[in-house]
Amino acid sequence: MPNKKKPSSLSRRQFIKGVSTGVAGTIATTKLARALPIEKLEKAAPPEGHLPLELKVNGKPYQLYVEPQTTLVEVLRNELQLTGTKVSCNHGECGACTVLLDGKAVYSCHILALDAQGKSVTTIEGLLNGEELHPIQKAFIKKDGYQCGFCTPGQIMSTQALLLKNPNPTKEEILDGLSGNLCRCGAYPKIIESVEEAAKVK
Amino acid sequence: MAENKIIKSKFFFEEEEIEQLAEVSERKYRPWPNNDKLKVVGKGITRLDGYDKVSGSATYAFDVILPRMTFAKTLRCPHPHARIKSIDTSKAEKIKGVLGIITYLNAPKIKWYGNSFLFDPHLRYEGDEVACVAAVSEAIAEQALKAIKVEYELLPFVVDARKALKKDAPKLHKEGNVVRGKPSKYNRGDLQNGLKEADVVIEQTFNTQVEIHNPTEPHGSVVNWNGDHLTIWDSTQGVFRVRSQVAAALGLPESNVRVIKKYMGGGFGSKLEAGKYTVMAALLAKTIGRPVRIALDRREMNLAVGNRPDSFQTLKGAVTKDGRLTALYLKSIGSAGAYPAGTGCAWPLRSMYDCPNVSVEEYGVYINAGRARAFRAPGHVQGFFALEQLIDMLAEKVNMDPLEFRLQNYAHEEPNWHIPYTSKLLKQAYLVGAKSIGWEQRNKVAGSQSGPIKTGIGMSSQIWWGGGGPPAYANLKLNRDGSVQIIAGSQDLGTGTYTILAQVASEVLDIPVEKIEVILGDTDTAPYCGSSGGSTTAASVTPAVRDAAEQMMDKLYSAAMAQFDLPKNKIKYAKGKFSTVEPKPRVLTIGQLARKMGERVLETVGRREANPKGYAINSFGAQFAEVAVDTNTGKIKVQKIVAAYDIGRVLNRLTIDNQIHGGIIQGLGFALFEDRILDRNTGKMLNANFHDYKVPTIKDTPEIEIHIVSETDNRLSNTGVKGVGEPAMIPTPAAVANAVYNAIGKRITSLPLTPDKILMALQS
Repeated sequence: MPNKKKPSSLSRRQFIKGVSTGVAGTIATTKLARALPIEKLEKAAPPEGHLPLELKVNGKPYQLYVEPQTTLVEVLRNELQLTGTKVSCNHGECGACTVLLDGKAVYSCHILALDAQGKSVTTIEGLLNGEELHPIQKAFIKKDGYQCGFCTPGQIMSTQALLLKNPNPTKEEILDGLSGNLCRCGAYPKIIESVEEAAKVK
Repeated sequence: MAENKIIKSKFFFEEEEIEQLAEVSERKYRPWPNNDKLKVVGKGITRLDGYDKVSGSATYAFDVILPRMTFAKTLRCPHPHARIKSIDTSKAEKIKGVLGIITYLNAPKIKWYGNSFLFDPHLRYEGDEVACVAAVSEAIAEQALKAIKVEYELLPFVVDARKALKKDAPKLHKEGNVVRGKPSKYNRGDLQNGLKEADVVIEQTFNTQVEIHNPTEPHGSVVNWNGDHLTIWDSTQGVFRVRSQVAAALGLPESNVRVIKKYMGGGFGSKLEAGKYTVMAALLAKTIGRPVRIALDRREMNLAVGNRPDSFQTLKGAVTKDGRLTALYLKSIGSAGAYPAGTGCAWPLRSMYDCPNVSVEEYGVYINAGRARAFRAPGHVQGFFALEQLIDMLAEKVNMDPLEFRLQNYAHEEPNWHIPYTSKLLKQAYLVGAKSIGWEQRNKVAGSQSGPIKTGIGMSSQIWWGGGGPPAYANLKLNRDGSVQIIAGSQDLGTGTYTILAQVASEVLDIPVEKIEVILGDTDTAPYCGSSGGSTTAASVTPAVRDAAEQMMDKLYSAAMAQFDLPKNKIKYAKGKFSTVEPKPRVLTIGQLARKMGERVLETVGRREANPKGYAINSFGAQFAEVAVDTNTGKIKVQKIVAAYDIGRVLNRLTIDNQIHGGIIQGLGFALFEDRILDRNTGKMLNANFHDYKVPTIKDTPEIEIHIVSETDNRLSNTGVKGVGEPAMIPTPAAVANAVYNAIGKRITSLPLTPDKILMALQS
């Protein structure tokens, strides 16, 4: 049975307390267990230093306990095993980890999981309908908007964020919208074509 | 006649000529016609792996999750040169969740980089491996690194190759700071005679900077033991090479080691060898009895897994007043980093032009910095930056159009060995490219435009190998339903290998690409192919796939003959169906025919044929750049690049264009801003991240126009393909530099072409 009880909303004080103990390394040395699914936590007391997190990922609600320093991408990749979201720099510099947070593109490596409290996250996996690709994903295939593919989920999520805000972007707006996503293979010309195609299809 | 035999095979892989024995196919096939007569090859069909890549389901080594998997992190030396006096791991070991720690004290002494070790107490650069920790989470492993106490004896260091050559420079190795103890030399003709013969001699120095590969997927592995069998998921360009290196390091039979790579997030040369990290992870995994994942972070990627070495080049070019090259000379110095690596950049000068007198002296130098590795066209990108500017300077001195000058000194035969090329369409590439960029519109007098924004047009030639060669194998399996699998021990780096191999089989078998699956990058299941480097993959592997598919056709014909009880000339085959009209009309699909066979799977093994004897195999091309230079800010805007190539047959129009775009854009990064900055006072890298180490963004994309002037190279192989990955990058920086000169009338001789250099040049 999933835990129906809502975790109390996190006060600023609790948050700071959590962070500061994390920084001091006291929990880290003793209780640095990874965040656990709530079902397991029902049987035991929440680990010390962990805080409740409730968020929606790809439409499904999740309740977890996480350490305050846990980033959103760590929750997505390590806890929910949504490995479509990549980490390339882990410093908010490359865009490989781009996901949507309440419809806006964010670097999930650079946002604390607790900052996503109560929010809705969409990852690359969330664009699919079952095994059916989203039109943006199809556009990237059609226009060959990738090479190695490692930055591709991020490029596609930035495209989604752009088109949600601006369904008919100009070329300049496409360049702005995708400028936070590095592609070391340099597939940019085909990425631009893919975004243009996606805008046309949508 | 035997259908296969073993020969001595020689071809270029990256900068090295490889000589090895190889089993080759002796079967000769009729060359394919030009692409307009083919059904599948050459068409821009979308990638077989497209779904996986856009859906997020593509599993990279980075994404592999195993039950009970643990996480490893590496402690790296914070100093450019040091010796470990003591290591104390006791505090780190007590941290809850820490499972194992290895250092030079407890790890086996495994040889690495020649005379060094996996863990060497003598640390030669900021980033050298000190310890490796496995823990239940990456965060705990990182915490443990901080708890390891290391006492270092700091040693004097040197991070500049020119300084490292001085007598009193700190020594990194017993042999001294020159790699292999002496320069590498090449001579042909008589340099002094060539200089005397000339009317004009120009001497000029050119410098290029260190470039970091920085692929998006971090280097890393997931390793899992099962007794004395080891499975490695690795982000690699060469599964068989990793298997050999890791097996040797661990003293295992190669048959006990399996290396798997389905997807990998970019390598550009930095993933052509096994990483220390893989072996460290394997040692830890063995001790703790659990799988280990190790992935480098971006800082480690910048420090420890390769770079394009810098170059300090002094060139001399000599020319008669009618524009004939009489001599070329190069002395180059390049930083190998802390351990042996190739740093040469003489091949362009040796092989681009018809010049009788050439002399080369190249020094590889140890410095206290990360070791160099092959990086997309090693040596060539640096070499062409210097050579092609020198060529423009010489042309200007003798009042010739730079393009006309290049045509005048065109090499009609290979100048090092005086042998013909299998094909050379560089002249066509020059002419097509020049027309497309509007060559006639360039400034007749460089820098003569008025106004603060000045535009210019420049060009550069390109030569590379990329013809590949044996050994390369492909297995082709035909299932009872007519579906096909191709299995090869090659790798798709994002270049489209999965797709082009299917296209080749589809062309021969005359069945849709959708019926073909391609399986790559698994040493346990696939027959041998070489590493994916040197732009050799398409050129080496596609002929093996054609061989396998043609053998399958033969097999199916035999089956049809047996089934119909007719000779071959009474049976027709098209679009996956065998048919005959004798004695009555009958049709059998491949699948129906396969179901008549006892074997549920029909299999053939294809091999790459030998390269033709007595020929040089090269690809050629030229790029033309149009730039606008803001003389107030010194900023260069590259407006347009025209690329014209002779690379044999195009296999897939979508992926080849994509590859060429990528090479040009990487070339622009190198030309305009990428630069590893080492602090000369501390010996540390100052920009080991994506914020300070600038790689091109989508906004740096110029207009790009691509022309392929070749149809096929039928002398080379049964598919006539040459690689394009590296050629795409080679001429870009030189073309941009020549365009900048055409715009502002000042020559910038060091890369990157940053605004400060432009402004300084304008003021001089």
